[in-house]
Parts: sequence; C-alpha cells; structure tokens
Amino acid sequence: MAILRYAVYRFGTMLLTLLVVSALVFTIINLPPGDYLSNQISELRASGQSAGVAKAEFLRTEYALDRPLYQQYLIWIGFIPGPQGFSGLIQGDFGWSFEFDRPVAEIVGESLWLTVLVNLAAVLFVYLIALPLGVLAAAKSKTWVDYTSAFVGYLGLATPNFLLALILFYYGHKYFDLPIGGLMDPQYEGLPMTWDKVKSILIHLIVPTFVIGTSGAAAMMQRLRANLLDELGKPYVETAIAKGMSPPRMLTKYPLRMAFNPFVADIGNLLPSMVSGSVLVSVVLGLQTIGPTLLTALKTQDQFLAGFVLMFVALLTLMGTMISDVLLVLLDPRIRYEGREA
Amino acid sequence: MTPLLSVQDLSIGFGKGPDVVRNVSFDVMPGQSLALVGESGSGKTVTCRGILRILPRAAQIRTGRITLYGRNGEIDLTAISERRMRDVRGDTVSMIFQEPMRSLSPLHKIGNQVSEVLWLHRRTSKREAKRLVLEKFERVGFPDPERAYGSYPFEMSGGMRQRAMIAMAMVSKPDLLIADEPTTALDVTTQAQVLGLMKELQKDTGMAMVLVTHDLGVVANMAEQVVVMNKGRVMEAGPAAPLLNAPAHAYTRQLFDAAPSIPAEARPAPPLPETDLILKLDNVSKTYRMRGKTAWQPEALIHACRGVDLNLPRGKTLAIVGESGSGKTTAARIALGAEPPDPGGKVLFRPASDSDPIAVHQMDRAARTAFQKQAQMVFQDPYSSLSPRMRILGALTEPLDIHGIGTRAERREMAAERIQQVGMNPDMLQRYPHAFSGGQRQRLSIARALMLEPALLVCDEPTSALDVSVQEQILCLLEDIRDRMNLSYLFISHDLAVVARIADEVAVMRRGLVVEQAPPDTLFYNPHHPYTKALIAAQPTPDINRPINLKLVAQGAGSPDSWPEAFRFSDTMIPSLTQLEPGHKVRCHV
Repeated sequence: MAILRYAVYRFGTMLLTLLVVSALVFTIINLPPGDYLSNQISELRASGQSAGVAKAEFLRTEYALDRPLYQQYLIWIGFIPGPQGFSGLIQGDFGWSFEFDRPVAEIVGESLWLTVLVNLAAVLFVYLIALPLGVLAAAKSKTWVDYTSAFVGYLGLATPNFLLALILFYYGHKYFDLPIGGLMDPQYEGLPMTWDKVKSILIHLIVPTFVIGTSGAAAMMQRLRANLLDELGKPYVETAIAKGMSPPRMLTKYPLRMAFNPFVADIGNLLPSMVSGSVLVSVVLGLQTIGPTLLTALKTQDQFLAGFVLMFVALLTLMGTMISDVLLVLLDPRIRYEGREA
Repeated sequence: MTPLLSVQDLSIGFGKGPDVVRNVSFDVMPGQSLALVGESGSGKTVTCRGILRILPRAAQIRTGRITLYGRNGEIDLTAISERRMRDVRGDTVSMIFQEPMRSLSPLHKIGNQVSEVLWLHRRTSKREAKRLVLEKFERVGFPDPERAYGSYPFEMSGGMRQRAMIAMAMVSKPDLLIADEPTTALDVTTQAQVLGLMKELQKDTGMAMVLVTHDLGVVANMAEQVVVMNKGRVMEAGPAAPLLNAPAHAYTRQLFDAAPSIPAEARPAPPLPETDLILKLDNVSKTYRMRGKTAWQPEALIHACRGVDLNLPRGKTLAIVGESGSGKTTAARIALGAEPPDPGGKVLFRPASDSDPIAVHQMDRAARTAFQKQAQMVFQDPYSSLSPRMRILGALTEPLDIHGIGTRAERREMAAERIQQVGMNPDMLQRYPHAFSGGQRQRLSIARALMLEPALLVCDEPTSALDVSVQEQILCLLEDIRDRMNLSYLFISHDLAVVARIADEVAVMRRGLVVEQAPPDTLFYNPHHPYTKALIAAQPTPDINRPINLKLVAQGAGSPDSWPEAFRFSDTMIPSLTQLEPGHKVRCHV
C-alpha cells in the first residue's frame, strides 16, 4: 500500500506545482504592456470609433481587467469572487476569448481532446518503435543492423518535421491514398462521435503521428541502445550467462529491466516537447489541435485563451512526470525501499 | 584415475592480437581443488572463463581442447554448439565471481535469481525450486532463509551476497565450481568464513573446484593442486604442499616474497614515545542520524566513531585496522578536518616540533589553508583518484597552483623532482593517467600528495586495489619516503598483514570503538581482544601448516554479544580502554 500512499503524495505535489505554474503563466502573459482590450480601445479611439469603446470598457470591468494584477490572477484561478462571483479555473469556467468573441471552453472544446489524442498516439509510436529497435541495435551492436538503424534514426532526427510532413503528405496521397491535412474529413466536423468519424480520425492520424514521433523515436532509440550497451558490460549479465540462460531470455530479463528506468523516466519529458514541438506541424498539417490556437492567442494577447492553453500543456507535462515517477517506483525496488535498508 | 576436467594446450587471444593465454594445460581431479594463481594480466581469469566459453566478444579460443568428464559423460567443451554449452553452464559447471555487489541483478529478488538455475536446467516447478533453494540457503548460512528468498541484493551485506552467489552456483549440484577471486572484495574475517563454507560444501557434495586467486594464503588454505601463471603462460604447476613449501620457479618465489604476512612468531615491542605528537585525536565521536522509515518513527542514531583517542608521534606510522563499517575511514576524515566530530571531541595538529598545536576544527580560513598544505591524503583507488582528462603534470602542479606557490617553471621543476622521487621518469609528465598501470598511478597519487611537502599523510587503503608484488613496491616506497622526508602516516587498512609491515602502532576498530591498541609485534605476540584474535586468525598465510582457525574467527567476528563476558559491550554500557602493559591497551571490563 506504500505505492498508493506515494501516488497520493505525488498527486498532491503535482497540484501544488500546478498552482505555482499558474502564477508564472499569468505573470508572463501579462508582462507585455497593456492587454487585449486596452489595445483595442486605443485602436478604436485612434480610428474614431467611439461606439466600440463603450463595449470594450464594459468588457474590461466585466472581466475585472481594471483591477490590480494579483486580484485578476486570483479571480482567474477562482480563489476570490470576480464580477460574476466565483468563476475561475477551479470552478470550471475557463474565461472568455476576446479574439474569437466566444467562451474559451467552446473554442478549445474538441481540439483539446484531439491534442491529447495526437500526442498520445505519437508517444505510443515513439515507444513502440524505439523499444524493439533500440534493443536490437544494442544486441547486434557494431553490425549492419546497428549501423542501419542508427542511420535511419539520425535521418529522422535531422529532417525538419514540417518538411517530413509535406513529403509524407505528397507520397502518402499519391501511393496510399492517404488524406491530406486535418484530423478528420470535413463532413464530420462538429458532429457527435460515430464509428465512421472515429475511422476517419484514425486514418488522418497516421501521417501526423509519424511526423511528430520520428525524431522522438530516433532519440529514444539511441538512448536505449546506449543504456543497454552500458548494462551489457556489467557483471550480473555475466552471472546470467554463466547460469546457462539463452541470450534473448537473459537480455529481456536482466539488462533490459535496468535500461528501462531512463526509458520510463522520459515519458515526462516527451509529452511537453511533443505538444510544443507539434505546434508548427499542426499549422502545416492543418490539425485541429490547440497548437495553432495557442499561437494566435499569444500573438493577440488574448490572455484567458493563452492562459488556459498553457495551463493545459503544463497539466499534461505534470501528469507525464507523475506517471513516470509512479512507474519507476513500481519498476525499481531500490527506489521503493529507500530507507528500508538497515 | 580420469580427471574431471582436462585442459590441454589452451591458447586464447583477442582480435588479431597476440595470445593472452598460451599453451596452458592442467587437469582437475574429481573432488579436488585446483588454484590458478597469478597477478592481474596473467591470463588466469581469461583461462577460467574460457572453460565455460564466457569470454568477451573479441576473444577467441585459438588452440587447445577442454574436456569435461562429468555426469553426462565425456564432453569436448571447445567443440560443442552454443546451445549445448548453455546446458553445461550453471548445471554441471557453475561459476561464482569476484564482486558479489555487482554480480547479482539489483532489480530481482535473490530467491528469483537463484531459483532460476533450477527452472532453466531442471524444469522444476516454482514450488519445488523454492523448497530446494531454501534448503541451500540454510546450508550456506542464512539465518532466515525465507526472508533472504524475498530480499533484494542491496538489502544484504557483501558476505551475505557472496553466500547467495554460492547458493546459486551450488543449487544444481555441479560437478565443477569455478570461483573467480570469490573473496577478494570481502573483509578478512568474512573471507575466512566464506572460504570455510566453500570447503565444507565441497566435502558435502564431492564437487571439484577451480579457484582463481592472486593470494597465496588463500591457495594454501584451499587447494590441492596449484598452477602459477604469468603473462599467459604456466610458470609452475603441481601439488600444493611441495610447491608452497619449496617453490621452484623464480616467479613463484617472487610472489612469495611479495606476499605480506603476519609473522609466525613475534616478540613484544617497546611502546611508542608519547612526546612530540604531530596529531592527537581526543575523545572523537561521530554520530550520524538516519531518518526513520516512516515519518512517525524516530531517527536512528549511527555511532560511526565512539570516543576515539589516538596519538601519532612525529615520524611514525599509526594504523587503524577494521572491517568495512568499523569507523576507520570516518576517524581519518575527522582527523583531516573533512568532517567535524561530535561536540566534546578535539583534533590537535602540530605542524612542527616547536610550533603550537592547532585545533583542526576551530580554524579560520587562512589557518585551514595552511593546514591543508601540511596534511595530505593518498586514496584507495588509483584508477578513479586521478582525473582522466588532466595530464600528469597538471594533476601534480594543481595543488601548487591552488596555494599559489612558485612560478610556472618552478612548479614544473618540482613536479619533475617528485615524480623521480616515486621512481618514475620526468618525461611521463605529459601523459594522461590511462597510460599507466595501477601501481604507477598509485605512485603518481603519492607524488601528488607530496607536492606540497606535507608533514602528515593520511593513506586510505593505498594498496588494496593493487597486485601483491605491486603492493610490496608501494609499501617500500611509502616507507622510504617516510624516513627520508620525516613524514608521519595515518594508515587506514583492513589488512593486518600489510599493517604488520609498515605500522609502528595499530589501533583495531570495531563498531566505532577502538578495541585494542598496541605496536604490531605486541599485538601479534599477545592479542587479547577476541576481535583482534579473529582478525589475526582470519589472515590467510601462504603456509600449508597454518590453516585459518575458523573457530577463532567465528568467535571474534560475530556480534559483541557472543564475546566472552569481559569484552561485551552494548549501546549503553561500554567498557573502557584498559592498559594491560605499557603501550598495549584493550577494551575490556576489569
């Protein structure tokens, strides 16, 4: 049950970290002078459209942008009541996007889940590719298997993602009739989930997963190979061979278990780098993820939208590290029994 | 009589290089032990691995035939397929290794790793395998086999891990056990017990043993047949008794001369003078706090040192001897000011006969810098104590650099002078550490420690990572330098035989306490404390007629509760260090 206690403890620290991150995010978004509305107001004034000014002024008070920054923050989180009472992130009210003139929740809505989907698919891809290839490269180190996989891996690392995306789209469409762009056929957009829609999404996922995942997979594979090679020189491997184990069985039972730790610990790093790394790819591929939305929001100082998206990315990251921490404890008795040693 | 294992004309080489094992032949008789003796680089380890064909990838067996006449009939181990070789490994021929710490996977339970042998070779059910393994665990001396079965290796001490390794090797009842330096990484007393265990098991099962070692003392205690190797060739081979009594080959004699030993007969020595002390440890204790397992449990206190009083007269060598965890290294670290003692303890240092003593732990910055110049350290592992990215010149002149001594040219000159003093050539200054052997590196570390012309040198097991003949040279060098430069040594070691030769006084430590203290000859002539007796008894001597007295070892090396009434101590009640005769102190109730 120690593991459950650890998981709860880890969850607690995650929430605390999230709180700190929220403060940072809010501060950074507000670092540039002015906000969306004050910019709009001065623009309207300059062009003499005083009618709009009144509406903007109204919105400013409506969303408490006229209050001191720390109060704005507390209202945004939901610790103190704003003009509409308690309605912050923890109450589930994500705020208003000035740029799109719609609630944030409505804008991000589906793309939130598509982001999670695309990135989970990419992470899965990374692990499914890196694990067997890395092990193979280490087991057959300094043979053509190793060299080929390293060459392909470095190609994957070195090719700019968006370029790879364009190439894949072109040839994928030409030879395999894969769809170009987007995450589903346009006819399904905004419709509830149906089997056909799921199928359409899956087919559209192929190219983005590949594009986003390749470089991660290549890096991960090389890391696993290096770790495994280190482990293969250790005395306990010799012990296992002297026991009479067959190489595949020995390899998977002992050194792979040891080399697995960094592999698992990487989950936490993988998620954020993919989410932020996939922004450009999403723009190029026209994926309906939150990447492009974030870009617009940051450019226009649409603070509630940007804040929410950043918080969401932070949440993904922290969940990733939490998952990898808990997995590590499950995997490695040395971490589990820290302090038990007499 | 047919041998169990016959090695004929075996040659092994790496890549395209020359043979590292050349035309080696020997026979192992059933139920007997054969010792392969040699220093590092002699090819003894490669030979023993060649038997099971677990060589590094680049190595090949070039010529020769290894035949096993085991329970499955005659097998040519050099000719059979890899698949059939796997059936031999761990079943008819099993192996144990040098480092019990690293030879077991840290992520799998001991029981799992040991039972695996039975799953592999006998296809035993898990339950049956567990029963057999628990039986073996009991036999190799685990107090609680069930608990050991479910433990991870890191929860055990080195001796216990090696017992687990032995259980793993023995559980399949092999015809032949290959032991590659099985006790080199263990404390002397643990070594004695593990060797005793291996011998007993051999008597029980009638298996044969190939024992690879560099220690002639271990050979004398264990082997019927001896093969002495040097640079890949067999130098001398034959039955143990005549070979050890009258070695014929010059190389064997050289090994004998280099092996440090406790003198068979000793006479008490006069006590050391108590005047002109360079270092004085006064009531030094060190308590570490270990956090409890959960937030609710109180902290555990670990007494690394308890009331240690030591005096080091100028120009002499004081040795602290004890097993790992005895507190000897902590005492040395406190003496060097690397750690503060608990309140009430004091370390006094007098750089010259006519200067005032300095309290090592109450110095200001300037005094500390001056002190560091006076007191230097030589470390245990010459492989990791020199930076691999720094030329020797850089490593040697760095201390001068830090203390701002001399110009560039003067520093170089001094480095050249020091390197000659340790018996090496000044044109080696431009090389990197990897270009040197272990012994040469230890010479370089000594040269580094001498750069600042210190008055006190703390040597932390300076020879335990080295071969016997190299150890001999380093000890000679240390003695020579001490007398020439009038240095004083605080010498930390677990090896009484090494200490016997270099020290003027020995303090034996156990569980943070000095239990006996005397000049080495007095100590060997008239040991009083059961732990000292155990240490002396556990020391393997290269003399067939002086086998290890396991009873004495077991008595003294056990927990203090098993000692005779007069010597027992507990956390609350500790007998004081009593003077028996001038210069000989023992911790006992009077």
